[in-house]
Amino acid sequence: MIPLQSFLVLSAILFSLGVYGVLVRRHAVLILMSVELMLNAASINMVAFAVYTSPARFAGIIFAIFIITIAAAEVGLALAIVLRIFRNRTTANVDEVHELKW
Amino acid sequence: MTVTEVLFYFIAGLTVLSALGVVATGKVAYAAISLVFTLLAVAAVYILLASEFLALVQVLLYAGGVAVLLLFALMLTRARELVPELDGPQKPFAVAAGLSLLGVLIATIFLTTWPKAIVCPPLGQKGECGPANTPVLINISAIGDALFQTWVLPFEIVSLVLLVALVGAIVLARSDEEEEDA
Repeated sequence: MIPLQSFLVLSAILFSLGVYGVLVRRHAVLILMSVELMLNAASINMVAFAVYTSPARFAGIIFAIFIITIAAAEVGLALAIVLRIFRNRTTANVDEVHELKW
Repeated sequence: MTVTEVLFYFIAGLTVLSALGVVATGKVAYAAISLVFTLLAVAAVYILLASEFLALVQVLLYAGGVAVLLLFALMLTRARELVPELDGPQKPFAVAAGLSLLGVLIATIFLTTWPKAIVCPPLGQKGECGPANTPVLINISAIGDALFQTWVLPFEIVSLVLLVALVGAIVLARSDEEEEDA
């Protein structure tokens, strides 16, 4: 049987890669992709804990379903915002959209 | 090593490599394709965790819907022509932040004692309650019951969030001419 820790390490690696991607990328859509990696890491954690520590109660699985739904909403909304910025500025790079920076 | 372990390490390696492809490649199209591979590999991880329903949802919604939306966004913002340099000058700090977070997380995982599942035999059968040794197969109808009985309020709130987000997306993405008409 695979120990719980293996799944947790896998999700930790995925989450760290997501954090790295969010910090390093310039294009807004690529940052969103890294956010998706972090959301997936969180769901792996939820499901692993649900299956290994409370298999009869489903809370982790239900929360993973909610995470997937929220991710879909987030991507739809973020796509609209990115398109809006691109239409106004002809760029979707987050380091070139800096009006609020002081 | 058992077959399950070999499968787990194969799928985990695939997940990590394709996730590395998402954050480290220099071409936007490669990043998007790597993301699709990562999402499918995560679906395989769910199957290893005996949650086949979640794996199906993952393939349908993530690999089918979200990945296509992201590809559309890349295409509409003409990312391939307009963004020659994908990474910012803050790269060393990003590497340091990622690695230190990974170190803290892995240290925490191995220093913590995690609780073990206590599994009891189904009603009407004899047997003792004890710690589980294998992932318990979760059946889909029980997930449906839990979703619409225990979790019905969060479920409704999530559906409302989805509706508001998508209506907001339509309002934001309309072009200026349409706004003048309205």
